[in-house]
Amino acid sequence: MTLAPKHQRLVLVLLAVTALIGAVLLAMWGLADRAAYFRTPQDVTAGRAEVGVPLRLGGMVKAGSIKRQPDGVSVAFVMTDGVGEVPVRFTGIVPDLFKENSGAVAEGQLQPGGTFVADNILAKHDERYMPPQMGNQAAEMMTWETVK
Amino acid sequence: MIAEAGLAALWLAFALALLQFCLALAGNRLGDLKTLVAPVAVAQGLLTLLAFVLLIWLFVRTDTSVELVAANSHSAKPFIYRFSGTWGNHEGSMLLWVTVLSAAGALLALIERRLPEASLRATLGAQALLALGFFSFLLIASNPFTRLDPAPPQGQGLNPLLQDPGLAFHPPTLYLGYVGLSVAFSLAVGALLTREVGPAMARAMRPWVLGAWVLLTIGIVAGSYWAYYELGWGGWWFWDPVENASLMPWLAATALLHSINVLAARGSLRAWTVMLAVVAFSMSMIGTFLVRSGILTSVHSFAVDPTRGSFILGLLIFYTGGALLLFALRIASVREGARFDPVSREGALVANNLILSVILGTVFVGTLYPVAVEAVSGEKISVGPPYFNAVTGPLVLILAALLFIGPLLRWRKDSRPNLRRIAGPALVTVAAFGLTFLDPAMGILPRLGLAFAAGLATASFLPLAGRDLRRTPLTIWGMVISHLGIAVAMAGAASDAAFTRETLAAARPGQVLGVGPWQVRFNGVDPVPGPNWTAIEGHLVATRGGTSIRLDPQSRYFSSPATETNEAAIATRWNGQLYTVIGHREGDRWQLRLWWKPFVTLIWLGGALIALGGLLAMIGRLRRERGRPLPVSGAAV
Repeated sequence: MTLAPKHQRLVLVLLAVTALIGAVLLAMWGLADRAAYFRTPQDVTAGRAEVGVPLRLGGMVKAGSIKRQPDGVSVAFVMTDGVGEVPVRFTGIVPDLFKENSGAVAEGQLQPGGTFVADNILAKHDERYMPPQMGNQAAEMMTWETVK
Repeated sequence: MIAEAGLAALWLAFALALLQFCLALAGNRLGDLKTLVAPVAVAQGLLTLLAFVLLIWLFVRTDTSVELVAANSHSAKPFIYRFSGTWGNHEGSMLLWVTVLSAAGALLALIERRLPEASLRATLGAQALLALGFFSFLLIASNPFTRLDPAPPQGQGLNPLLQDPGLAFHPPTLYLGYVGLSVAFSLAVGALLTREVGPAMARAMRPWVLGAWVLLTIGIVAGSYWAYYELGWGGWWFWDPVENASLMPWLAATALLHSINVLAARGSLRAWTVMLAVVAFSMSMIGTFLVRSGILTSVHSFAVDPTRGSFILGLLIFYTGGALLLFALRIASVREGARFDPVSREGALVANNLILSVILGTVFVGTLYPVAVEAVSGEKISVGPPYFNAVTGPLVLILAALLFIGPLLRWRKDSRPNLRRIAGPALVTVAAFGLTFLDPAMGILPRLGLAFAAGLATASFLPLAGRDLRRTPLTIWGMVISHLGIAVAMAGAASDAAFTRETLAAARPGQVLGVGPWQVRFNGVDPVPGPNWTAIEGHLVATRGGTSIRLDPQSRYFSSPATETNEAAIATRWNGQLYTVIGHREGDRWQLRLWWKPFVTLIWLGGALIALGGLLAMIGRLRRERGRPLPVSGAAV
């Protein structure tokens, strides 16, 4: 089934266009499902965050909320953005820059009871990736703190 | 004086690039003057190299009267980091970028003998135009030689995370790869301008693409291993936008490398190959733009400056847009290639190209989607591993399946009997898939990954069947080894996902923790001084059977600038790695994180095999094609 050159070129062009459209459709399908990956405490308290799917929860660590657990490697704290507050639990070594009143991102899943269970914590200036929105979030929070 | 000499060299190189472009543009109208294009390209390359060497000198001497050195270096740093600090910052790394670009143009002018003269001249003109844009960027927006008056007595130091031998050579490797693709881009533009898109262009392009691809592979693999041991989180791929910035040109270059072979051997896929060459270098520029603009926040974007971002974006639009416009105007006049049957080597390579393009498309959309959404609606979102894993995982498995068949097919047309040869590898795949059920807890992706890896490892050797191994060309060996490398890397990734064991605890000195087959005894901590840091070092002794190993993970504190980092202690055994991290103090206890990662090293070993295969293919090509007569330009083979 060898095609005539003209047709062969047409088929290749069509294939390339199909691949391109396929990539975009595939990407859109993936994004529709998973792009709402970054959530704020406000989103969570307003019910705008799904339960049981991987999420990033970004905000400030509420002053006085860090409670180290007796096992020595677990920590519970409250993440806030000035409007919403979400209790977070994490087992692991927290980054050195993880402090009260400073920006952090928790990666994990929201539980049915409203607690966020993190399997990873990123602190501001952490060596790993920090979503760009954290910059603004922290700035807004600071303003909010001073206004209050 | 050194800084002024460096700046002068840069300006001279800029002027020569302008001359090179004008000479190439005027071409035949100049008579004998046109032969000057190549020597000018060489002089331009040497001057840029001189400027870069002078900047290295300033860094090594820690000349704080230069702003860049004062901001990024410190005389107390070990020599190697004063040296590598040259490109551990925005201006220096852009100078390195331009240096590689100019040097590649010079090398092309020196060694390329098989292209038609007019094509080579047009190519050098395109390369000069590329250099001009980036010279302007350096001279206008990021001059590395700016003086600082008064000079501070001491510099501020280099980001401690960058003080790592692996990282010192990671950016240059990637840049060499990125910029190697610039030559492919210029060759494509030159061929379009002179209407010489054909096997000769493909053969001239091939060693450059192979070389760039090998370096990109090494850069990506090294970066992955660096993240794995330096960041202390035990992961090897994070889908960080900066990782994607190097993955995207790699994907395009991988597709290009395969389509070039079709064009060089069979004369087909002309337009497609030219398009891929343009896309591959555009991806390099997008990578540079993403990393340098600060548009994406990440550890790598240490120079956050919107002006510079828009400058690079302008260059990106100018070059890519210009090349695509030229493509649109000229492509109708490019001759049609030789015919082939859908079931043939060409057909398999087209399929490979399509899948790679789809993967590239989804990574591209995922990486830039947050930027686009923010530009349009101001809303900030973030796309992460759940997206990338879900869309690329299945595509990679399809690509692996294609790898079973493709290398066995003949050019032009093939029939069923040849396909029977994959029965063996297929059987291995099914058997391996069955074996994975010995561990009922395994997820479906690791199961498929291990099964495909076993089958692919077998299939990758089939092209050697029935050959005299000593007389098999290096290019075939290269393909076999690269494809085997993919199987090995897949096996590593799957077994890391399936079999990793973790223990996390706060331990008192004397306590023993178990992880996988190991018993790890915690013997306490000691303070340790370093050249420009102090650390707390944990002492661990791990035992399994009769053997025991000492591990001393550190938590380091740097004073200038003030930062803390983790230095994991890793013990490598043939069947995996024991990875240990020490965390914070909890009363009289210390946090310890232990991982046993069976066969995790296969990930990077596979990556090294992939690069080695590319290197062998490149040597094979260079050897084989030296002195071989040129095919008549444009002729169907």
